[in-house]
Amino acid sequence: MSTATLEQPPAAEAAIQSFTVTFLIRRFDPDVDTEPRWQDFDVEMYATDRVLDALHKIKWEQDGSLTFRRSCAHGICGSDAMRINGRNRLACKTLIKDLDISKPIYVEAIKGLPLEKDLIVDMEPFFASFREVQPFLVSNSTPEPGKERVQSVAERARFDDTTKCILCAACTSSCPVFWTDGQYFGPAAIVNAHRFIFDSRDDNAQTRLDILNDAEGVWRCRTTFNCTDACPRGIEVTKAIAEVKQAVMRGKP
Amino acid sequence: MTDTIEAPRSPARPARKRGTNWEKWGWIYMRASGVVLIVLIFGHLFMNLLVGDGVSAIDFGFVAGKWADPFWQWWDVLMLWLALIHGTNGMRTIVNDYTNPGAVQKVLKGALFAAAAVLIVLGTLVVFTFDPCPPVAADAADLLPSFCSA
Repeated sequence: MSTATLEQPPAAEAAIQSFTVTFLIRRFDPDVDTEPRWQDFDVEMYATDRVLDALHKIKWEQDGSLTFRRSCAHGICGSDAMRINGRNRLACKTLIKDLDISKPIYVEAIKGLPLEKDLIVDMEPFFASFREVQPFLVSNSTPEPGKERVQSVAERARFDDTTKCILCAACTSSCPVFWTDGQYFGPAAIVNAHRFIFDSRDDNAQTRLDILNDAEGVWRCRTTFNCTDACPRGIEVTKAIAEVKQAVMRGKP
Repeated sequence: MTDTIEAPRSPARPARKRGTNWEKWGWIYMRASGVVLIVLIFGHLFMNLLVGDGVSAIDFGFVAGKWADPFWQWWDVLMLWLALIHGTNGMRTIVNDYTNPGAVQKVLKGALFAAAAVLIVLGTLVVFTFDPCPPVAADAADLLPSFCSA
């Protein structure tokens, strides 16, 4: 038997089908507009394109004034969280084939944070509550000289889920409690506190539990699961918050 | 150029004041009372609506009969207290969500607290002091329910 070979060269590849997709984008230019307005764009898209590709096409070919954040464009940097068809998603991880293109696709900035321009919001309040939970290792012990701090596989697995956070703010800006007055720490800050509270190498869990045992802390969570649904990394956010609540009640992780 | 960042470990908002953490106990209360209320309310509905003649049995005499028994007195009082505090606390969180700290919020919370307090006091008083056959003048005896003369 001879080596299997391609019997005949493939016929000229059938043209990949493209679709005209309508995007309704909530625009806001603080220099001109007093109120945000919806503007529609028709874009030629392939099923495998992402919403971010559509935004690029609009910006590069139709309206250069469209403003949005994106850095890596591959779901790691967390820059392009936005509200797509009413759900918080990363534009770079939302494929056209997963959306209903028989209707316009609504794209707007995430809610609950001050709108600056088009799809860009002021992330500072979000990062402020992130900083408040002390999201860094605080250890009273020193590892053996030349060694790392030892941690078992089980101890590492305890907080593995919450290490995945990319701080895109999709969860916090999907939380109806955060929308009310913006005082609530928000899911993302609690997730990042969880990451250190349950880290066996960290010695500052008590401080973080005290910070979150506040009127604006974990007790404001109503377990609506919006955050879990919004997380582009699949973190079980509501579960993490519940674990922090349990830890606060126990008084230790 | 060196940029010094603010000490990252200094708390950004003032630490919670010492003393009872009402927010925490409020949350725990909601969980605990919710579980107890499921038993109390469904037991209440079962006894009132399903057992015996069912809903058609409920009248003045039915209630009087129930409250003649300390077991049902305590059942109803417990249900009253747990449910009213549970509901009022839930309303309080809604007020917290929909209003900003200030006069309006204070008035709304005050109204909630007052309504709950009045209902709890009144309800408890009625359950424990209810007398279906109060002593009355002889000429008013016909106003009493029929079972009082028995």
